[in-house]
Amino acid sequence: MASIGKIARRTFLVGAAAVAGGVAFGYYKYRQPLENPLKKDLANGEATLNPYIKIASDNRITVIVPRAEMGQGAFTTLAALVAEELDVTLDQIVIEHGPAAPAYYNDAALREGAPFPAFDHSMVAETVRNAMGVVGKFLALQMTGGSSSLADGYEKMRLAGATARETLKSAAAQKLGVSVGSLKTEAGKVIDAKSGRSLTYGELALDAAKIDPPSDVALKPRSQWKLLGKPQPRKDMPAKVTGQPIFGIDVQLPDMLYATVRMNPQPGGAMKSFDASEALKMRGVKKVIAIDSLYGKGFAVIADNTWRAFKAADAVKVVWADGPGHRDDAEAKKILASTIAGGGGFSLRSAGDPEKAFADAPREKLVEAEYYAPFLSHATMEPMNATARLKDGVLDVWSPNQAPSVIKIIGARLTKLADEKINVHTTFLGGGFGRRIEPDFSDYAIRVAMETEGRPVKVTWTREEDMSHGPYRPAALAKYRARIGNDGLPVAIHGSVASPSVMAGMVGRIMPGLPTAGPDNLILDGTYNQPYTIPNYRIDGYKAPLTTPVASWRSVGNSFNAFMNESFMDELAHAGKIDPLEFRRKLMVDYPTAIAILDKLKTLSDWGKPIDQTRAQGIAFTLSFGTWVGEVVQVKDENGSIRVEKVWIVADPGMVLDPLNFKAQMMSGAIYGLSAAIGQQISFADGAPQQSNFSDYDAMRMNQCPDIVIEILENSGHLGGAGEPATPPVMAALANAIFALNGKRIRSMPLNGEVSFV
Amino acid sequence: MKLQVNGTVHELDIEPEMPLLWALRDELNIKGPKFGCGAGLCGACTVIIDGQATRSCQTAVGDVRSNIRTIDGLGKPDALHRVQQAWLDEQVVQCGYCQAGQIMNAVALLEANPTPSDKDIDEAMSGNLCRCGTYPRIRAAIKRAAAGQQTGA
Ligand code: FES
Ligand code: FES
Repeated sequence: MASIGKIARRTFLVGAAAVAGGVAFGYYKYRQPLENPLKKDLANGEATLNPYIKIASDNRITVIVPRAEMGQGAFTTLAALVAEELDVTLDQIVIEHGPAAPAYYNDAALREGAPFPAFDHSMVAETVRNAMGVVGKFLALQMTGGSSSLADGYEKMRLAGATARETLKSAAAQKLGVSVGSLKTEAGKVIDAKSGRSLTYGELALDAAKIDPPSDVALKPRSQWKLLGKPQPRKDMPAKVTGQPIFGIDVQLPDMLYATVRMNPQPGGAMKSFDASEALKMRGVKKVIAIDSLYGKGFAVIADNTWRAFKAADAVKVVWADGPGHRDDAEAKKILASTIAGGGGFSLRSAGDPEKAFADAPREKLVEAEYYAPFLSHATMEPMNATARLKDGVLDVWSPNQAPSVIKIIGARLTKLADEKINVHTTFLGGGFGRRIEPDFSDYAIRVAMETEGRPVKVTWTREEDMSHGPYRPAALAKYRARIGNDGLPVAIHGSVASPSVMAGMVGRIMPGLPTAGPDNLILDGTYNQPYTIPNYRIDGYKAPLTTPVASWRSVGNSFNAFMNESFMDELAHAGKIDPLEFRRKLMVDYPTAIAILDKLKTLSDWGKPIDQTRAQGIAFTLSFGTWVGEVVQVKDENGSIRVEKVWIVADPGMVLDPLNFKAQMMSGAIYGLSAAIGQQISFADGAPQQSNFSDYDAMRMNQCPDIVIEILENSGHLGGAGEPATPPVMAALANAIFALNGKRIRSMPLNGEVSFV
Repeated sequence: MKLQVNGTVHELDIEPEMPLLWALRDELNIKGPKFGCGAGLCGACTVIIDGQATRSCQTAVGDVRSNIRTIDGLGKPDALHRVQQAWLDEQVVQCGYCQAGQIMNAVALLEANPTPSDKDIDEAMSGNLCRCGTYPRIRAAIKRAAAGQQTGA
């Protein structure tokens, strides 16, 4: 794996070498082919066959993976989609993120049928369709999120490989004077079986680039896959175990300056004044500038070393104005509750008439509960940072980001440069979890670079700055009500969820012009769209007027709704005196995919078998991002503290393209969720977040980490996501396990508000 | 001021109170040690000094007398250290940002204790945060490296 410097030079330098025979061809089925952005940056002897493939005459094959590698393994699995059809091994290719370009828009959410062929009337398909109506244009950006990378790439990246392969065969047929039908491909070569002659892709690429691609190609049936469906060693791993400088924070450019920012910790608050006179006297400090951005108000210190910038920033005397937001958590909860009380919500699930069912219900058949989830920081391991250079009318931004096209929009807005004068270089990401879709860290870097007379500048946030500034996972409050029938199952459920709108927040920050008035499905994701059959069923959402900026956080709305909805399901099971696993089986009897998961979970975890007095199990289920997941958590009482001892995960993503990596994502998602459930919250006092570092916002550590057993099923019939779906159910499964252990029903996160953990 | 890193002596004119982490990263362009918290809470910046896993963000550069070992000197992609190889064999890494620190910490552990128990691993590694949750595979990789060390494989 090349270092940042090398990647940048090879891939992105504008106008380096002449396009050597690089006639890119139209892309499968697109009448109006989107421009191939690789054409302008080809090296000598290099050809591009489509926006995903470059082949050089020395047989160097480059596959572009236009989705951020932030740990989820997209790099390797997406490249394998191309390699599978191109008939090359993963060893033969180099993988790059590629530039920001329309050719790479994420259109998974726009293509209705494709990711859900066998699931037309399903809730999943419906969810996507609904989301599209509201935000189609927004989702079409080149974004990595929504666990959509595979669904988006599954068809188009295989087609890219297949059309390129067929074109290379055509070029070989002309060269060898044989028919295409007599040729086959293998490991980067076209072989004429009869004569035994062969040509490498490198020998054919320049000719192939001049040939019109076939308008239709057949994709390999699954039975012929050599790479897909089998564990592949991750291509990013050698660089990562040897400490290569591949992250945004590692970017090193000649003549580079180092900076940091300090923004008003009260969201939306202004900077009244600042006095940098002390700071400017300190060694290495070049400049202190005010920043007045849509994303925050404050200042940046520009120096010749990051630590000197940090120290000088501490020496700046600043007076912040109060922000417009809630002052403390009590006020936030009051706003959430009064939003529901005030009415005017939107309903995304409506069956029968729950209110009627409640009206004549005997008191002992009614169950009511209120749940709360706090704001959360993403706390990616790599603090926010970006590097920018504005020189000779060209803006370059090196950014560990999940949305390069958004950075282009921001860059054009700030510098007034034309789109083609802005280059976005996506580095590896030291964690994303949704935080790096946000434009703030790139925006600040561009603003600072506008003050450095052409010198590149890397802007690194301290952990404290990162933690005390959102956008955060929103706080949420839900009220649930149910009537239990005579068989112990619910005959009616009415849920009301209030939370500030992530979609309105994101759209407002990225494309302020777009309307965001309608309902935001994300507020209800994980509760309105679960495969439970209940005769009277209503789920309402309320956009709460909390002004703290909120963002996508691993699994978005599911991250709080699953906790609330699945805790409530557990309460109902106990109220109806039905085993919580059997309870779910009865409510999901129409969905064989769910039943198979429950059966598997039951066997794996020995569910229902008595364990000793100090241990207990809890279960939860969530269908999110097209993947069905059931989880059982086992807790153990260790002298009054709770240890999360074991987690069993059974997931059905329809089809698994790389089982080892899929399991890594399940494990990661569960640990991420457990960290939040056990002890994370961003609380507010005097209008500002109270947490500042891992001392008061810790995450699960090695000594707390449970044994995790993961099983994959492939019954659902459609390709679901991997990065997020394990996070939602684990939080409720833990809360439900604690109830089973000690009878304590915890309805507010984090759970360490009421019990202690080892 | 002189600073020896991975066997090479560097001459530096910097404040002695500068944290070693920033001297390495910004002054010497040695980017293996990562900045995670700047407060000794995450282990991303771990280097080895005198056999001890050391948080370079909490170590003033002026206080360092001995050779500093960073991941940059441990092994290269074509000549991996045993621990790095174990990391690959177990496919530990996700985003990778914490892993330089995890690996240096594990190297120090295994040099001091070639056959660590689960409890030893917990004690040695719990200062190293991984937000991607790779702990189960880290544990497996440490055990694999330890076993290999025993058999000389
Ligand atoms: S950066 Fe040194 S311990 Fe976190
Ligand atoms: S691999 Fe991402 S933080 Fe550990």
